[in-house]
Amino acid sequence: MSTVTMTVNGKSVSGEVEGRTLLSDFVRNNLNLTGTHIGCDTSQCGACVVHVGGKAVKSCTIFAIEAEGSSVTTIEGMANPDGSLGTIQQAFQDNHGLQCGFCTPGMVMSAAALLEENPNPTETEIREYLEGNICRCTGYHNIVKSIQAAAAA
Amino acid sequence: MYDFALQRPQSLNEAIEALSVEGAQALAGGQTMIPTLKNRLASPDVLVSIGGISELQGVSETDGTVSIKAGTTHGVVAATVESYPALASLAGNIGDPAVRNRGTIGGSLANNDPSACYPAAALASNASITTNKRTISASDFFMGLFETSLDEGELITQVDFPVPDAANYQKFDQPASRFALVGVFVAKYGNDVRVAVTGASEDGVFRWSEAESALAGNFSSSAIDGLEVDPESMIEDIHGSRSYRANLVKVMTKRAVAAC
Ligand SMILES: Cc1cc2nc3c(=O)[nH]c(=O)nc-3n(C[C@H](O)[C@H](O)[C@H](O)COP(=O)(O)OP(=O)(O)OC[C@H]3O[C@@H](n4cnc5c(N)ncnc54)[C@H](O)[C@@H]3O)c2cc1C
Ligand code: FES
Ligand code: FES
Repeated sequence: MSTVTMTVNGKSVSGEVEGRTLLSDFVRNNLNLTGTHIGCDTSQCGACVVHVGGKAVKSCTIFAIEAEGSSVTTIEGMANPDGSLGTIQQAFQDNHGLQCGFCTPGMVMSAAALLEENPNPTETEIREYLEGNICRCTGYHNIVKSIQAAAAA
Repeated sequence: MYDFALQRPQSLNEAIEALSVEGAQALAGGQTMIPTLKNRLASPDVLVSIGGISELQGVSETDGTVSIKAGTTHGVVAATVESYPALASLAGNIGDPAVRNRGTIGGSLANNDPSACYPAAALASNASITTNKRTISASDFFMGLFETSLDEGELITQVDFPVPDAANYQKFDQPASRFALVGVFVAKYGNDVRVAVTGASEDGVFRWSEAESALAGNFSSSAIDGLEVDPESMIEDIHGSRSYRANLVKVMTKRAVAAC
């Protein structure tokens, strides 16, 4: 075991991890931040997307130790400081951008990374950016609508 | 996944030293390595992460050559390479944004997946692959499925691509994995044309020499109308039969030439 330290959602955190501990397991098990979902655990579905150093990554496909010293944002960090929903989250609620909600944390984190890079994406750009985020419920239309609404907000 | 010790050296020399130990393996973006470990297809005692080594990061472009350090991610190549647009666009179409934020050119070439994109660009451009020991020309680097001429513990440090007069990469996506079902990279250097094919052959990336000769005389998509790819050595799986892939090689080559 070794100690890993990083900043998660603005707070400095540390914990004991093995070499093989994934970042997804670290945030869920060590930090109890269970908003990050594990869908496939095989780098395919995107439910586990978080930001490391401002970049969207699949937290099931990076070791916790690799994030040592980094700034990490999870879905919990997307809410406003008073606990109300952040702009993208609110847009998902307003536009019925989720059904079961399992994919939603990853969708919101990917959407946030997209809007950071490209504040006014076209529908095609949104769909292309979500290539690595799979949703079994919505058929994607309302997810795209939610992101368009967040961009306009 | 079996446990291992994860090391994060900060310099190339430390990394080479760490890799010289029996049972040590390099970890770059982990986009292949971590799924492989989860499947217990690899069980190193020590993983040496090269992600923190600044000497292995970055792109530089001097007249006629694009040089990419081995630890540079696909996302950075897509966003920064200017003088070789076909290469930037290939990098920008690997996997999805999260994969491109982690996966590296060194990892992709070292892994030599038969359906990976970078091996096609390297072979079509006759890129030079530099390691801590030597420089290997792409023509001598790829040795069949998941095999390369790298020795145990040898680390790719940089890849140099001579910039062609014209080039294009056509990828027919396998929609579930987002790898290439078939990908064809065409690069033209004066009268020399190189056509590299990925995703298709049981022997991994290869040059389609008949198409190269036909295109050297007449650089137009009609030059390959009369050619056929032998389905014998093509991959056959649930995504496509041998003859389907053989036909796709021809179709993708024509599209790449037309788009040059
Ligand atoms: C969902 C998904 C979709 C993908 N789609 C595509 C695609 O469309 N096209 C495509 O080409 N690829 C695709 N990939 C693979 C991706 O490009 C990987 O990033 C790449 O193949 C491996 O690079 P890596 O940096 O992640 O290497 P790692 O996974 O860290 O390492 C892979 C292997 O290379 C070795 N290695 C790493 N760096 C070096 C080095 N510098 N020198 C020597 N050996 C080294 C490691 O020891 C290991 O054996 C996809 C992956 C995923 C998860
Ligand atoms: S759980 Fe990480 S990509 Fe599916
Ligand atoms: S809302 Fe159920 S998987 Fe997307």
